[in-house]
Formats: sequence, C-alpha cells, structure tokens
Amino acid sequence: MFEISINGNRRQAQVDGDTPLLWVLRDVLGLTGTKFGCGIAQCGACTVHVDGSPVRSCRLPVSAVGARSITTIEGIGASPIGAKVQKAWLDLEVIQCGYCQSGQIMSAVALLEGNSNPDDEAIDAAMSGNICRCGTYVRIREGIKRAANGG
Amino acid sequence: MVADPSVSRRDALRAAAIGGTALLLGVNLRSASIAAISGGASATFAPDAFIRITSDGRATLIMPQTEMGQGIYTALSMLIAEELDLPLDEVTLEEAPANDKLYGNPIFKVQATGGSTSVRGYWLPLRTVGASARAMLVSAAARRWRVDPSTCRTEAGEVIHDASGRRSSYGPLAAAAMRETPPSAPQLKRLEDFRLIGRSHRRLDTRPKTDGSLRYGIDAMPEGVRFASLACAPVLGGRVERVDDSQARALPGVRQIIVLNDIVAVVADTSWGAMRALAAIDIKWRDGEFGSLSTETLREALIEAGRADGNVAVDTGASSKLSGEGVISEFYDLPLLAHAPMEPMNCTVHVTAERCEVWVGTQVMTMTQRAAAEEAGLPPEKVVVHNHLIGGGFGRRLEVDGVRKAVRIARHVDGPVKVVWSREEDIARAPYRSLYGSWMRARLEDGRPVAWGHKVAGPTVVGRWLPPAFDGKVDNDAVDGAAETPYDLPASYVTWVRHEPKGIATAFWRGVGPNMNVFATESFVDRVAHEAGRSPLDLRRSMIGKHLRARAVLDMAAEKAGWNDPLPHRQGRGISLQFAFGTYLCTIAEVAVDEDGAVKVLRMTTAVDCGTPVNPDGIVSQIQGGIIFGLSAALHGRITISNGRTEQSNFHDYRVLRMNETPRIEVHVIRNAEPPGGIGEPGTVSVQAAVANAIYAATGVHLTRMPIDQSLLAKGARA
Ligand code: FES
Ligand code: FES
Repeated sequence: MFEISINGNRRQAQVDGDTPLLWVLRDVLGLTGTKFGCGIAQCGACTVHVDGSPVRSCRLPVSAVGARSITTIEGIGASPIGAKVQKAWLDLEVIQCGYCQSGQIMSAVALLEGNSNPDDEAIDAAMSGNICRCGTYVRIREGIKRAANGG
Repeated sequence: MVADPSVSRRDALRAAAIGGTALLLGVNLRSASIAAISGGASATFAPDAFIRITSDGRATLIMPQTEMGQGIYTALSMLIAEELDLPLDEVTLEEAPANDKLYGNPIFKVQATGGSTSVRGYWLPLRTVGASARAMLVSAAARRWRVDPSTCRTEAGEVIHDASGRRSSYGPLAAAAMRETPPSAPQLKRLEDFRLIGRSHRRLDTRPKTDGSLRYGIDAMPEGVRFASLACAPVLGGRVERVDDSQARALPGVRQIIVLNDIVAVVADTSWGAMRALAAIDIKWRDGEFGSLSTETLREALIEAGRADGNVAVDTGASSKLSGEGVISEFYDLPLLAHAPMEPMNCTVHVTAERCEVWVGTQVMTMTQRAAAEEAGLPPEKVVVHNHLIGGGFGRRLEVDGVRKAVRIARHVDGPVKVVWSREEDIARAPYRSLYGSWMRARLEDGRPVAWGHKVAGPTVVGRWLPPAFDGKVDNDAVDGAAETPYDLPASYVTWVRHEPKGIATAFWRGVGPNMNVFATESFVDRVAHEAGRSPLDLRRSMIGKHLRARAVLDMAAEKAGWNDPLPHRQGRGISLQFAFGTYLCTIAEVAVDEDGAVKVLRMTTAVDCGTPVNPDGIVSQIQGGIIFGLSAALHGRITISNGRTEQSNFHDYRVLRMNETPRIEVHVIRNAEPPGGIGEPGTVSVQAAVANAIYAATGVHLTRMPIDQSLLAKGARA
C-alpha cells in the first residue's frame, strides 16, 4: 500500500512498488489526464511535477515518490502560472488533438516557475523532450511567451 | 463544450423523459431533401439528426465527423450555426452514433473522416440543415404572432418581429417548430451576409484538453474494467508456435493470459502489470512466408513492377514524345512510414452473449461497428460504439485492425477490458504508408517541357478500404497530384502500376496520394529547371498558364519568402506548388546544409488558397501542423524491415520533429469566394519537395529519395 500526495490530496494505492506513477494515476486512481505516449521517457506525454520539478511519470516507480508532492494536469490550474499557461493555450489556440498537451502544459509551467522570461533557447531546452505529433510547436512557443508576459 | 458521447446521450434521454421537447431535423444527404423527424419521445431519442433544441433552450449539434485535432467540430458547427443564427458559445456537441445513412460523409458515402473531405463535403448540406431549421422556427413564431414570416428575422438564437417588437428565443418555439413543414429549398445566406464563416472562432473542443478532463478512447473507464497488453506476430501472417508463461503467471496483478493464433495478451489489474507480464512471456513465433522480407527486397520488387507500362490515367498525346534525344528522366521513391499518433492504439471492449460495447477513438464509426460485430459473432445492431475524440489519427484510425484484435481478446474476458498497444507494438506491428515509386520523364523544347510523363507504382489502399471507389484500372488517389498538376502541360502521359508490397499491410497516411506524387512532380520540375538553365520560379510561372489561383499562391509565397534575397553559401530556397484536395498551396523552404551534410530547415513560407475560409485561424493551424508532420517525414521518417520484422520500435529510432528542430513557419491565407477546399493534408504534401529543392539549390545535389540522406550532402560527396 502506498500513500502519496496528489494535487494536495492524500491518495492510497494498493499496487506493486515497481509500478510507474503514470499507471497508478491512470489505472488505479482514475486520474487519466496524464497520458501514456512511449513508456521510455522519450515523449513527455506523462509529465507531472514532483515537488515542482517536471518528471516523466512513466519512469518513476511509485515506491520512489515517498513524501514528495505530486501535481498533475488536473491540479495545475490551481497555481497562478498554471492558470496563465492554460489561458494562453486557449487564447492562442495552441491545441489540436490535445493528447500531448497535458505534458506540454506541465513542462511549460515548470519552465516558467524557474524562469519568468525564457528566451527561445531556454524554451527549446525545456520543451524538446515533449513530442507533439500534430505539430503545435510554433504556438507552444508563442503560448509560453504570452504566459510569461502576463497572459 | 464537448460532451462525453455516452453521457450526453444519457442526458438527452433524461431530458426527454422529463418532458423536454426537441426539434429534430434529419437530412438525407443523398437526395439532399430535408425531413423533420417528428413524433413522440422515441423521436427524441433517435440520434439521426444534426440539431437538437430543447424547450428549455439547450442546443445540441450532432457531429457527423470525428474530431482528431483538425478543428472539425468547430468548423462544422459554424456551418450550421451560421444559417441557424445560433450563438455558438453555449451549444453542446455530440458525436454522431454509427449510421451511414444519416451520417455518411457526403464524399465517401460512409461515416468516415479523412482525405480533407469534411468541410468540402458538408459545406452545403450542413448549411442547408441550419437554414431549414431556421425557417421552421421562423414559421412557428410567425404563426404564433399572426404575422407574415417574411417580416421576421433571426439573430443570436432569437426570432424577432421588429414591427411589433416581439421576440422569442428558440427554446419556447421548439415544440411548435416541429409541426412546421420543412421548406423544400431553404434560402442560404449570401457570402457577404455571413457573421461566423470567415472569422476566426475559438475552438469548441479545446478547454477540456487543458485540464486533463477530456476523455480520449484510452481514458475510457467502464465499471470493472481490466487492462490488457498484447503482442502480435512480428511478421505479417505469422503464428504463435509456443508460449512459456510460467514466469508471467507468478507476477502480481496478472489475471489472465490469452493465446490466440497470432496474438498473445495479458490481462491484469493495471496496464503496467499487463505489459510487464507480457515481457516475461517467452513467445516463439512461426513466421510464415514473409520471414525473410527486407527493405531491399521490397524496393527491388517495386522497381521491378515499375517496368510495366501501367494503366493510363491521362494521355494527351505525350507517350510517343517521351523517348529518345532531348528527354530527361528521373526515378523518385519513398519509404514505408508509420503513423505514430501520440495516443497509442487502444480499444476497450465488453463482450457478452447478447451484445458488445466498444470504447474507442475512430475515424470510421460504421466500419468499427461492423468489424466488432464480425469478431464478436453478433449482428451490427448489437454493437454499441462509443466514439471518443482522437489523440491523433493521420490515417491510422481509418483502419479497424486494432478493434478486431481487441474484440478477439475481449471475447475471452469476463467483463470490460481495455487493450492498450505499447508504443513498440504501435510502431512495429502496424499497417504502414506504402513505399511508392515515380518514374518521371519530360521532353524539353526552348527551355520548357512540351511532353510530360509520370508513372506511379504503388498499392491501392482505396481498393481495399472503399471498393466502390476503385474501378479496377486506376486508383484515383494513387495518381492524385500526378494526373492533375497546377500546370498547363502541352502533352502528358500519366500511368499507374498496381503494386501491392508483399508482407506489408498498407494504409492511408496524412497527405495520401498527393504526398507521393507532388514530391515527384515538384522535384522533377526543379530538375527540369536545372536542365533548362532557368530559375525554378520563372519556369513554374511559364508553365502555369491558365491556372490563375496557382499563380497567386506561387507569387505570394515567393514574395513573402523573399525569393530573390541573397543567401549565404550552402543555403538555399526551394519551391513546391500543388493543387490537391480542392486547395492551391505553395510552400517555399529555406535550408542550410553544413559541411558534413547536416540539414537545418530555417524557414517555411506557405501561401494557401482553400477557397472560402470557414475558420481562418484553424486553417493556419492545420498548415503549421501539416508542415511539421511533413518535416518529420522528410528529415527522419523511415520504417525499415529485416527478416520480416520492423527495425524501429519507439520515438528514439522512429524520430519525429521536436521543438528544437522546428523552423519559423509563416502561413498566408488568400481569401476568395470559391467553394472551400480541404486543409488537413495540403500542408504536409508540400514539404518534401520544397525541402529537397532547397537542398538542391544549396548544394547542387538533387535528392530523389526520402528521408534526406545526409551522407549524400557532405561537402565533396558524390550524389
Ligand atoms: S510516456 Fe513517459 S515520456 Fe513518453
Ligand atoms: S496536439 Fe496532438 S499530439 Fe500535440
């Protein structure tokens, strides 16, 4: 039995300790906003925050989470930067199919939490681990800049 | 807002049960005649309608096409709402249930979303639906107020009679409107009266995509669901020979191991539990006849097939002029490609003795229903398909192979089971975009082609997927972009050789036929320009002739890209011009090639004329995304086969474009009053030739194959 803090709530899961956090969120706790894309830390669809840092949840065993707090896409709107990024994404119509966007938003928020005015290079560095097959990169870049400049 | 289809249908039921009255309109698209489906509560339940307005004023639009990111829910809603004068911000959208008769795509005649056909096909039918509903609401109001209907107008969900100052919102008129006779030929608005069409409207499907609340097929969670992972035979036609599952059985959370002819599946308490157990099973496969297949043998077979003359698609007197002195020729070919949508293939199924329920995101509702019925051994009406918004289609979800496999597995499971493909399975054991070959020939006189030859070799996907659309001689999709070019060619000879690659299942892929043929055509135009000593832009201008819309996109792209601006050493610009899917489009790529041959795409400039724009910002979005999809193919895309097995498995070896490789992309939309053209595919189609031509300009190396082979481009390398 593991007890973890997700979006400010204590949640319990009766799973094998090797189970990656991604599958605990999705299959056990029903938090399906975090997506499966590759399972090998190549696509970023499964990105969550662990104590504020972006982490690929497909490679994080639930036993390694410990007392750290998890934020998922379902909870990111509660933070001011999270809400700003969500709004910028809508205002600029960043989203197409949307499947990658939970991960994109989580990575973008983490970037902006640590760098309030990222340049193109910083955006490339923070975002190139998140694949978007629909090809929304142009607008993701604009969305980050929009959110950085007050939303 | 976008409703979970199952939930909203339940809500609709409830609304009807508590006495809500609905105005239901159905349209028979084949005869384009409108019939109001009236009657009691049972009519309210009938899902064969596009518009539902309840007496409490709630408006629901039923979407016949699948939303997979292309923005079709918004564009189609705009068509209805424009004519109905319905405020779009409060409508509920609902996915249409399986029903070819009511919801068949007007172009395909089956319920399918693909080929950039949605807006083209529904442009008049859905506006007619909206206009007819509006007329009935107006009649009902006029009757109630005892005024002449022609003295009433509509605005923002209300009927208004200015002379008396009376107005009513649509809800209270719904019951009365249902008793009105639908007009035989409802008046459509004039283009200049549009209030919605032609202005960018916010997308109606995106808000729940920002907070994780939208449920894709992979997120379906029917009560009691278990999770399955599967391994399919790695070689087409292969079989399971032997399975040792002793280790897997001992793992926690494993419920069931299912061994079928060509599939091994594990059912467990989590997807991860299933994947881990599957990896612990030792499976010995019997490969069958394709166990020695390789990329090389596939390509040789394609080239061999290309020796045949092929069936004639176009012959305007060129064939006799395409041999001998003065003729140049070139062979272009394209590799196998996977679709790799971000949402991996998945399908959730619950089979019982009497029925089968399926949760999936599919581009083909009725084909999905029929496939599930066949595999479940039930009649189609016993299969309920809950379609979901799709996390990327690109043609992959025009196929129902995954549905079939999931149902076959589910038949052995007591209760609902969610089958999720691992990315490895998704990439390595899937139908692919086929390899294709194009043999180009041209006779030049006075620096212009006077005879043009294009022979295409490849499979017919249409022939399998939509048999009535294939006449057995020429597959119109396979020669799309070859048979009709944006040029006035004095004489052409275009043929098609049917070649089904053995051991490979083939599928449509974003850009379909034109993606192959425009690459060959537009690359060869640059080859001709080189031979004739002319600039690629001038040659194209001289070839365009009467195609004024093609000239307009070419000129605009050239101007915006700064075609004549000087570039540093080993940088170049390349043009690709096309007419396909009813849309004219020109892209100019700007690239830099370093001494080692590494290519950096710096900038893509596109001008597009897709006729009357419906949602202009949506057009820009589709072109941006389409270009990035095309760049993935040009720079990285390749599936290779060895010993019958795919050599790629995940995003590390089947690479797609990432943020740091994405160039500046500019899209310029030319507006006019022509009927709308398609927009999902055209951007992708323009990329390969534009980039290859830019590399030609930068290095003098004419690339004839995709993806780009860096080793040919290193300084001093020989092409
Ligand atoms: S699913 Fe975790 S990075 Fe792709
Ligand atoms: S929006 Fe579809 S994968 Fe990114």
